[in-house]
Amino acid sequence: MKRALALLGATLALGACMEIEQESAKKEVGKTVKSDTAAWSNEPIAGGPKWTKGDRNSWEDQIKKRQLAQHEHKRIYQ
Amino acid sequence: MARMKFLCDAERCIECNGCVTACKNEHEVPWGVNRRRVVTINDGVVGAEKSISVACMHCSDAPCMAVCPVDCFYKTADGVVLHDKDLCIGCGYCFYACPFGAPQFPQAGAFGLRGKMDKCTFCAGGPEPDRSEAEFKKYGRNRLAEGKLPACAEMCSTKALLGGDGDVIADIYRERVLRRGKGSEVWGWGTAYGPGKPGAQPPTGAKS
Repeated sequence: MKRALALLGATLALGACMEIEQESAKKEVGKTVKSDTAAWSNEPIAGGPKWTKGDRNSWEDQIKKRQLAQHEHKRIYQ
Repeated sequence: MARMKFLCDAERCIECNGCVTACKNEHEVPWGVNRRRVVTINDGVVGAEKSISVACMHCSDAPCMAVCPVDCFYKTADGVVLHDKDLCIGCGYCFYACPFGAPQFPQAGAFGLRGKMDKCTFCAGGPEPDRSEAEFKKYGRNRLAEGKLPACAEMCSTKALLGGDGDVIADIYRERVLRRGKGSEVWGWGTAYGPGKPGAQPPTGAKS
């Protein structure tokens, strides 16, 4: 009985020497911020470029036209 | 899926700093913060001087995102790398990680206080509601939500700085280089702008 109590006491006393395993939560880069809205989900501004609200393809079509407007070979020497 | 990128043509950039001014004006960027800047090498050496306009390159595998201890960076569906200033602690890790020196830190207070990071947003604002006052104050104007491209690229007078979907602007640049028909060892207006149609000659009397 005494031996069992001593063993139990030693186990509890030595338990304080244990190190609790610590592992950080796995970081998923770029996953913390979740509140940004997509550009095409906005209503087009008056007098500005036109697209259908919420339609990504129509927004991409009009922005592509704008990108191609940077190609000045279409405007000069022609 | 579009991947928004910048591309600067060193043959065309004339170091006018129009892009820098356009950015400052569009977003009301405070003194000491330079979201975009023009870098020149061989300054003053005839024929060897080259300039490019540099800002955040919106990397596909952005190192700033990887090192941020509070994970304040995120990437939009268009591939634009943005960050949340409410989460940023201004530690400066992103500044050391970025190969382009894009992250900027306002130093408005005493003792070298380093504020929250500020950088080029590709004119795409931040996590606040699009085109809101809060978004403008923290991140500047959201031109993408207005259906426009970044102000710096659209303002570039020589069209050295191109902005938009990587595939589209790469095609523009490729066609431009093919028309030039020369490498970067030759310089000048005619080289940068080419003779027009492939194989054609520049107008008579034009400087090459």
